[in-house]
Amino acid sequence: MERLKKKRDITPYLMVLPLAILFFIFHTVPFLRGVFYSFTDWPGYGGWHFVGLRNYLYMFSNSQISQAYWFTFKFALFATIFVNAISLALAVGLNANIKYKKVLRALYFLPYMMGMLIVGFIFNFIFGTMIPNFGKALDWSSISTNILGTDHAWVGILIVTIWQGMAFNILIYLSGLQSVDDEIYEAALIDGTTPWKRFWKITFPLIAPFFTINLVLSVKGYLMVFDQIMAMTSGGPGNSTTSISVLIYTQGFQSSQFAIQSANAVVLFIIVAAISLLQLNILNKREERLQ
Amino acid sequence: MKKTLMKKRLNKPNYTLTAILMVIAIFVILGPLYMALVISLKNPSDMGNVLSLPKHIQWSNFSEAWKMTDYSRMFLNTFFITIVNIVFTILTNSMAAYAITRNRKKSKFFNVLYYYFISAMFIPFNVIMLPLVKEVSAFHMDNVFGITFLYIVFGLPMNTFLYSGFIKQIPTALEEAAVIDGATPLQVFFKVIFPLMKPMHATVAILSFMWTWNDFLMPLVLLSNPKDQTLQLAQYVFQGQFSTNYNLAFASYVLVLAPVLLMYIFFQRYIISGVVSGAVK
Repeated sequence: MERLKKKRDITPYLMVLPLAILFFIFHTVPFLRGVFYSFTDWPGYGGWHFVGLRNYLYMFSNSQISQAYWFTFKFALFATIFVNAISLALAVGLNANIKYKKVLRALYFLPYMMGMLIVGFIFNFIFGTMIPNFGKALDWSSISTNILGTDHAWVGILIVTIWQGMAFNILIYLSGLQSVDDEIYEAALIDGTTPWKRFWKITFPLIAPFFTINLVLSVKGYLMVFDQIMAMTSGGPGNSTTSISVLIYTQGFQSSQFAIQSANAVVLFIIVAAISLLQLNILNKREERLQ
Repeated sequence: MKKTLMKKRLNKPNYTLTAILMVIAIFVILGPLYMALVISLKNPSDMGNVLSLPKHIQWSNFSEAWKMTDYSRMFLNTFFITIVNIVFTILTNSMAAYAITRNRKKSKFFNVLYYYFISAMFIPFNVIMLPLVKEVSAFHMDNVFGITFLYIVFGLPMNTFLYSGFIKQIPTALEEAAVIDGATPLQVFFKVIFPLMKPMHATVAILSFMWTWNDFLMPLVLLSNPKDQTLQLAQYVFQGQFSTNYNLAFASYVLVLAPVLLMYIFFQRYIISGVVSGAVK
């Protein structure tokens, strides 16, 4: 064995290096180039000059960009709260002593299989044609117009996001609830606590790690919202539902804002990374305290 | 499980709750799918009540949508990307994760590599896409092969994380025994470790499948030639051409959803457990 160890084996290096180099070329290099261009005036072609922090300062003064940030934060906040609250409630229901447990679980997970784009198209029809026709037939003016064409377009996008996002979150909460030992409930039942108290005092602390996973993934995902907006509003009406990702895509590729949108991408990265780290830290500490 | 040991206190199932959950599932989850299906089978003149069953079934919607979106080609593109990605991801990413995990303790190089990949999980695709598109077109990789290759490379952070957690739990005794028997490191990996990682391969395969099959953003920014489009991207491109022919549009959506929904019906158990172990580790 001694002899074997001394001979430096290069196999592990060969196993990982080709992939690591490719990862560097196609992931790290674009990332670094993006950071680099965010300090230049490169329009996406031709020459460039260093402009320092001009792109970043421009971001703050540009109303389109600040509106995209406002929309994205608002959307991510509401989507995270609604998706997690509804999912947790449904997961508790699905974990209770009910019939057809497996069928119901399979049904609630179904939307996860469907791409967000197609889901968006289907709901486009529901919001744009089905509900308004229904509203007109009933002479009910508040639902006779397509919500996606109004100031409340973002609510339509929120509903679609909840519809699809629930699937994954329910599944994770459910697997958390199933890991809780029934004996704990036995003890609680003897103590005579109410179901509401029992949930928050006993169950919730035990499934806290699952709550952490869902929260971090939700916030991260919703800050980068893209597919459902492209399917439903393309960022409109006006710019009211233009998210940060949609803005990077439309302006970065289509107008010559390559450098400015690179700065936008860098800021999005910092926000997503910071929020994920912060959440993990706070929630991990809370979990420790609860346990 | 201790369940069998204790008296079941609440033996009678809660029928009210069952009914409530069933009603929500039928109306909220299945409702939109039912609507999509009936519209795809209807004639445009039969759209007075969108939710009613079709007066007569118009199968030609499907053949027309098939031809219009060049479905067979889009399906093959998506299928190729998905399958090649799964096969190569499992082979290469598990190997890289194995080399990293087993050498992290003794070598600083592998430890640094581990944190390099893990920290890349914080960089979303949206952040690198502008420069990446320039790079990809400079390398002439804006096609099916190029995007497949990129999926394999970009899955690395997540898969290193998943595989690494799994490999840690495999005792090294097995590998040491194989080395004493004269196996080369590559043989040790393929003959001993690779088969042991089956549950994790399944998880990685399912997550990769869901990612590539339903991905929209990467094909949107990377695939420039219409011949290279995926199913999702083609739907987006054809959206304008369907205009108000909803029956054709919905037939096309159903064609895109059908393969995944069929998969789900048959492999539901594996998909659910794969997604759970991918998220919870």
